[in-house]
Amino acid sequence: MYMKRNIILFFVILCGFVLQTTLFQALNFGGISPNILIIITVSYGFMYGKKYGMIVGFLCGFLMDIFYGNVLGFYALIYLYIGAANGVFHSIFFQEDIKLPLLLIFGSDFVYCFTCYVLLYLLRRRFDFLFYLKHIIFPEIVYTIFVTVFIYPCILVLNRTMDDVERGDHKVV
Amino acid sequence: MSPVVKRKRDKFSIPSKYLLLILTCVCVALMAVTFLTDYSALPLNKLVGYVVVPFQSGVSRIGTWMSVRMDELGELRIILEENQELKQQIAELTVQNTQLQQDKYELNNLRELYKLDEQYSGYEKVGARIIARDSGNWFHAFTINKGTDDGLAVDMNVIAGGGLVGRIVAIGSNWAKVNAVINDDSNVSGMVLASSDILMVTGSLQLMEEGTIGFEQLIDSQNTVKVGDKVVTSNISDKYLPSILIGYISEINQDSNNITKSGKITPAVDFEHLEEVLVILKTKQQIED
Repeated sequence: MYMKRNIILFFVILCGFVLQTTLFQALNFGGISPNILIIITVSYGFMYGKKYGMIVGFLCGFLMDIFYGNVLGFYALIYLYIGAANGVFHSIFFQEDIKLPLLLIFGSDFVYCFTCYVLLYLLRRRFDFLFYLKHIIFPEIVYTIFVTVFIYPCILVLNRTMDDVERGDHKVV
Repeated sequence: MSPVVKRKRDKFSIPSKYLLLILTCVCVALMAVTFLTDYSALPLNKLVGYVVVPFQSGVSRIGTWMSVRMDELGELRIILEENQELKQQIAELTVQNTQLQQDKYELNNLRELYKLDEQYSGYEKVGARIIARDSGNWFHAFTINKGTDDGLAVDMNVIAGGGLVGRIVAIGSNWAKVNAVINDDSNVSGMVLASSDILMVTGSLQLMEEGTIGFEQLIDSQNTVKVGDKVVTSNISDKYLPSILIGYISEINQDSNNITKSGKITPAVDFEHLEEVLVILKTKQQIED
């Protein structure tokens, strides 16, 4: 029943990853590129609830691990929890409201960056947090939010169409 | 109400807290496996290689095209102004050029005596194109479009424009991930060419901003190492082939322990605008055999 949606989801993640590693790397500002995968994870998290957020997060993170992670499962774990946490906000999600998604993506991206800083940098005695805040974390969040304004409506429309199609299927059955 | 909000739970599904627990355990197990064993994700690498890499190759070409067009638009005005200045310069340079031609003969003779640049031209190399870059902003690894099918292997050295770029750390059948020497988690054992002093070249995100790499643990009790000295890969590195140019020393500072020195190196490679690289088809281990 949900087969169609899952296949679409798979392609959304794939597109997100491909765009993030190619197009947006070419369109970077001062070496900073936006985090598309977190937009996808967060969006699916609060649109479809905890479970979907978890699975999407896990897949996104795992893809990053395979290509760019040093340890398999590291990014998967971070994204998994971000997806799950955003699932909590499923109950207060309304399609017309763009403030909540922006706020959640802002928060999630910050949590993601901060975790990366602590686990990948602080533990290797890179203590200058303010430098990394100013040069990596903050630019990434701003750029990600900017890109969200364009990408989020696309995800929303896609999911709404999928839901309509599925509802149509039910009627026939 | 929208259908999204009203969606019911699947009847046969596991509660989300158990799913979270299971996936967490999977992640932790995977991390443990990668840490504790020598397991390399080769089958996975191959699988995703067939799914993702073809897309990446295509899109990266479009992306590069777009960014080049954008740069062109912005630079058009500057270029017009520059054009004027350059025309004047041409006149001056023509005079200088004649002088330099004479110097060149001398230089060629000296080069033949040194033969420094010839040291690694003997290795067999293969060209590769960069098709994707690290998805995060913390590290600057990149993916190239050749893999085991083209005879590449993990630990092979990657060079570009005569300088060291990095080495292959993960590989699939049609892609390979290259860890650049400017990366924050990269350490290369280097050597000052003039004095044969060993030093440790460590990439750093902070120094990357100004386009340099750091070095440390240079023991130079005679104070012979100067700014501008060539730094090459050392003989004692177990991953990098000897005598590949890394860059030139741009700053030296005495460490607080008064024994070692640290500083900065300007890399020989322009990492910002890297598009094509050369992979040396020999690893250090093979050569020693």
